[in-house]
Amino acid sequence: MVSLLSLYLGGGAELLFGSVKEHHVTLPNQSEPWDMKQLLVWIRGNMLKERPELFVQGDTVRPGILVLINDADWELMGELEYELQDKDNVVFISTLHGG
Amino acid sequence: MCQVDEEYNGQLEHRVTPRVSKKCVKCKENTAVLIIRAGDAFCRGCFKEYFIHKFRAMLGKNRVIFPGEKVLLAVSGGPASSSMLSQVQEGLSRDAPKKLRFVPGIIYIDEGGASGQSMEERERAVAQLESVFRATNYHYHIVHLEQVLSLPSSVLDAGSSATEKPQTGSSYKAAVDQFIQTKKNQHPDLSVENAQSHLSSLSMHEVENGVTSPITPEHTQALQKLFASVRTLTAKEDLLHTLRQHLILHTARTQGYTKVMMGDSCSRLAIKLLSNISLGRGASLATDTGFSDPRYGDVVIVRPMRDYSSKEIAYYNRMFDIPSVFIPGLDTKAQDKASIQHLTESFVTKLQTDFPSTVSTIYRHPPPSCSTLPAGSS
Repeated sequence: MVSLLSLYLGGGAELLFGSVKEHHVTLPNQSEPWDMKQLLVWIRGNMLKERPELFVQGDTVRPGILVLINDADWELMGELEYELQDKDNVVFISTLHGG
Repeated sequence: MCQVDEEYNGQLEHRVTPRVSKKCVKCKENTAVLIIRAGDAFCRGCFKEYFIHKFRAMLGKNRVIFPGEKVLLAVSGGPASSSMLSQVQEGLSRDAPKKLRFVPGIIYIDEGGASGQSMEERERAVAQLESVFRATNYHYHIVHLEQVLSLPSSVLDAGSSATEKPQTGSSYKAAVDQFIQTKKNQHPDLSVENAQSHLSSLSMHEVENGVTSPITPEHTQALQKLFASVRTLTAKEDLLHTLRQHLILHTARTQGYTKVMMGDSCSRLAIKLLSNISLGRGASLATDTGFSDPRYGDVVIVRPMRDYSSKEIAYYNRMFDIPSVFIPGLDTKAQDKASIQHLTESFVTKLQTDFPSTVSTIYRHPPPSCSTLPAGSS
């Protein structure tokens, strides 16, 4: 069962989370394993401080936000269907501010 | 003719989410960790090689940088320009095969006055960036946007080209020889290698690392008044871009830099291309988004990050710990339709998610070679 996840926000996404980049979260227990889709819903409800539409759009993240699970592109892990494991590291980097 | 109910089933390329972990397409051994473009999966090692190689290839293919030349790197602190800075360091390091040879300097423009940041926030950002710049040991200039208000209007004149553009195929070699000759004439007792160490020793000891004169609140107010008089966000962003460009140009000219490297990624350039068409700047598309921008004559602007997508840059920075500083801009947290540029960015980014060839299609046909344009025409 998933208990502890470490989240990291970069590229400006942290602005929506009170400018805090690193978060450690404990997800509530549930019978089925948590997947990314549910995680996004949970983040939206519990962690986002403002302007949810700048992070989550519909079921998935806003276009332009890169998601890494354990340092690998989430496209290689099944994106929204990936099932989270204990101690996974999820990174959200906004690529919208060019630089 | 296209009909409203024409069927497109299966003909449009659409991204398929892979379910099974893939192998790297290059070495075919390691597990892939990143997908770039329309389906190439790379492992960490191959991605790093690919990333570094692309930078060198970009500079090597478009041979505009001469050995020993002073090049100004425009770093905003964002991911793309920070990545560019690290690639320059990588390329200039002693143990790199076929190392790049030019003399870099860094410029950072503090735009906090225009985007409404407080002095403390601006100073904090500058301090963070200064520590990054100091670690590179390159000469750096911190310039405040307020200084643009006191620039002479001569900044708008195109300077004459430093070298004549030879017409033949061996133009690069001839241009390099001419460049070295001109430098020899200026410093008759220094060869190219000595010139390089001479310049770097100058920057370390005699010339103070360029934090230019501190600005007063009156300057900031004057700048804010200027921006407040511009009514739409579109125009503000455009104004900011122009002022930034002039400041960089002025610094390059007064400090003796003949080239400026900007960190525009291909995603950003595709957005810029479409926005510029909407803004009525179609005539200068080639110079605004191409690799080299020679319209200022004596200072040529180059864009070596032109072939990197935002995703590649973000991934590389994360994996290889490239420091970058996030600084909020004019359009941070703005609504989608707040400005033409912001709307275009949202449009292109959204389309790119479902159709990964969007950016490369917008961008595919290389702009006509700038050397065919007669000098002075727009």
